[in-house]
Amino acid sequence: MARRSREKTAIAEQAPEVRVTNFNEVCLGYTLDEGKLEAARCLQCRNAPCIEACPVMIDIPGFILQIREGNLEEAAKILKKYTNLPAICGRVCPQEKQCEMVCKLGKAKNFEPVAIGKLERLVGDWALDNDYSEDLVLPDEKKGKVAVVGSGPSGLTVAGDLAKAGYDVTIFEALHSAGGVLSYGIPEFRLPKKIVKQEIGTIEKLGVKIETNVVVGKTIDMEEIMSEFDACYLAVGAGTPNFMGISGTSLNGVYSSSEYLTRINLMHGYEFPRFDTPIKDSKHVVVIGGGNVAMDSARSAKRIGAEKVSIIYRRSLEELPARIEEYHHSVEEGIEYYWQTNPVEYLDDGTGAVGGVKVVKMALGEPDESGRRRPSPIPGSEFIIEADAVIEAIGQGANKVLLTTFPELKLNKWGYVDADPETGKTSVPGVFAGGDIVTGAATVILAMGAGKVAANEIMKYVEEKKVASGKSK
Amino acid sequence: MNRITKYRQLSDNEYEIWFENDRIAKKAQPGQFIILRVDELGERIPLTIVDTDKDNGTVCLIYQVIGKSTKKLSTLTVGDHILDVLGPLGTPTEIKQYGTVLLVGGGVGIAALFPIVKGLKEAGNKVITVLGARTADLIILKEQCEAYSDELIVMTDDGSLGEKGLVTDAMERIFKRETVDTAWAIGPSVMMKFCTLTAEKYGVPIYVSLNPIMIDGTGMCGGCRVSIGDTTKFACVDGPEFLGTDVHWDEFIQRMKQYRDEEACSLETYQKEQVIDNG
Repeated sequence: MARRSREKTAIAEQAPEVRVTNFNEVCLGYTLDEGKLEAARCLQCRNAPCIEACPVMIDIPGFILQIREGNLEEAAKILKKYTNLPAICGRVCPQEKQCEMVCKLGKAKNFEPVAIGKLERLVGDWALDNDYSEDLVLPDEKKGKVAVVGSGPSGLTVAGDLAKAGYDVTIFEALHSAGGVLSYGIPEFRLPKKIVKQEIGTIEKLGVKIETNVVVGKTIDMEEIMSEFDACYLAVGAGTPNFMGISGTSLNGVYSSSEYLTRINLMHGYEFPRFDTPIKDSKHVVVIGGGNVAMDSARSAKRIGAEKVSIIYRRSLEELPARIEEYHHSVEEGIEYYWQTNPVEYLDDGTGAVGGVKVVKMALGEPDESGRRRPSPIPGSEFIIEADAVIEAIGQGANKVLLTTFPELKLNKWGYVDADPETGKTSVPGVFAGGDIVTGAATVILAMGAGKVAANEIMKYVEEKKVASGKSK
Repeated sequence: MNRITKYRQLSDNEYEIWFENDRIAKKAQPGQFIILRVDELGERIPLTIVDTDKDNGTVCLIYQVIGKSTKKLSTLTVGDHILDVLGPLGTPTEIKQYGTVLLVGGGVGIAALFPIVKGLKEAGNKVITVLGARTADLIILKEQCEAYSDELIVMTDDGSLGEKGLVTDAMERIFKRETVDTAWAIGPSVMMKFCTLTAEKYGVPIYVSLNPIMIDGTGMCGGCRVSIGDTTKFACVDGPEFLGTDVHWDEFIQRMKQYRDEEACSLETYQKEQVIDNG
């Protein structure tokens, strides 16, 4: 066998100076030849640790072997057994913290792990481009009716798995487009909406019905759902933005990242006035937070023409929760960082709009319960950063519209749905839950993993219910 | 779904439409609103539910053309479909027996006031309604409000209908004359602010319906956030109704102006396109 390259096979990307002027995808993906080259780096481990580290336990060496042989259809067949959304996961999963983190090749001195995510994406894209679908024979008579509330990654996964198993599935979605955070949160330059639409299309082809513009709790209520369906899966996410609540939060030009990204991604604010939803032209944008959402906001602001975009984060690069790839991309694109810095107050420019952010430097103390060093303000270290827009990306909380109209459902102390992580079962029989509404804001793949678990439990529940009602007759 | 069944022009730039939407017709309560999007390029705009016909599964909206989206909406007519309609949204008005209630509506705000007038009358209250507008043509739903009011007073800036003067003049007169248990005011923000000040002077609790900028309308973005007393509330889920005395009016009015330039640009671009397309 040829000697393995130490580094991952290079992947084409848009040059930073070009890509900051557009919303097109940054990473252009592998060609088949590049993919074959990268696939050949895989050691084909017997007890492959990458499988265990994947929340949906994809047979990673298996699909990679097929790429090496140039057989993308076989690779796609393997992937589809485990994931309904490979083109999405290949792009947005934090592989460096999951499959790629444990890759044995990557453990060897001076070796990078196999680019598993990029290979998954290659296959996922091939499947979409070639309209590949499994040879599934879906039964005419359905095994049961299941309602899924929310069309984000968790809901889509449950729906796809149940449909494949012969269930009649309806997804209720509050917004006008399906996809949840895939549609309104993650920007086009990381996850093209065309890909999201195509992946959702493959799930609809399984017979899943998606009803948009339905807020469960308002348009229809849980009582109606429970009378019409055999079971229900709640996957409404953690979409309520938190605000720090410092002075000046109500000034014009202060956004939650949810609002900023929704305007840009879902409503195409970057194409205003062709699209009707406006977004402000800002010169100096300050983003608060260190997660992927902060990166996405900052990089979007740059693309709609801001001259200077800064991210302020209360800890250091070492604790940054964002994907390292996205951090590097942001630096290449000229995003500036203020480390160990926290906002104290937003300053009025005299017209009711924000003109600057008063910040304070932070010292890092002992590690807290999350294992990260606890930041505390350094007295007297305040200074002012000029800003005509501020975006708070400090996390989201549970979506309350449904929860407040469904008092029977038990919540945990953080206000999220109390569901058994092993089964997705909630305090209400027949109601299952998963994804961010159970865990708080996490990752796309974890939400999908929860969906896979719940889908199996829902099938068991519906079958048992049918048997029990059969006996009682 | 969302097929327009009735269409009526009420004044120079105010329109009434009825459209089919079973679910909303079945669930809507006074004080609630919908979010709609006219077409694929459209933005999401909130409009109050004025009335429903449960038997036919239809919903009534009244809107004023003030910018591009309402302009586009006004081009739809019977048989056309509104692309997206989401609702009913918001917390409903608390309809119960208060005693004597005073309801004040200004301009197109009368449309939002009407279901509350109707609800409160049906709940057995003594209903006094004050309608105000710049001129006679802009007093909408006068007969409908009259049908559910024990007393109806009309005020116009130019005296072309009812009395010449402001709605607050009528409020003062009523407060001096009799005990009012609870009041509501819906209309332009400046009007609601002054109605609040008037009610406060007489110690009458007053509810207002806030109409901040909204995007999703389901509590997901905080674009509609308002300061209510010492707290931040999202008007789309916590409101749109709040006690007027708790609202930070100047801040609210300031935030409404956030996209004034963009709104003007959007309308201007649209009008130019219309001229090119239609000659």
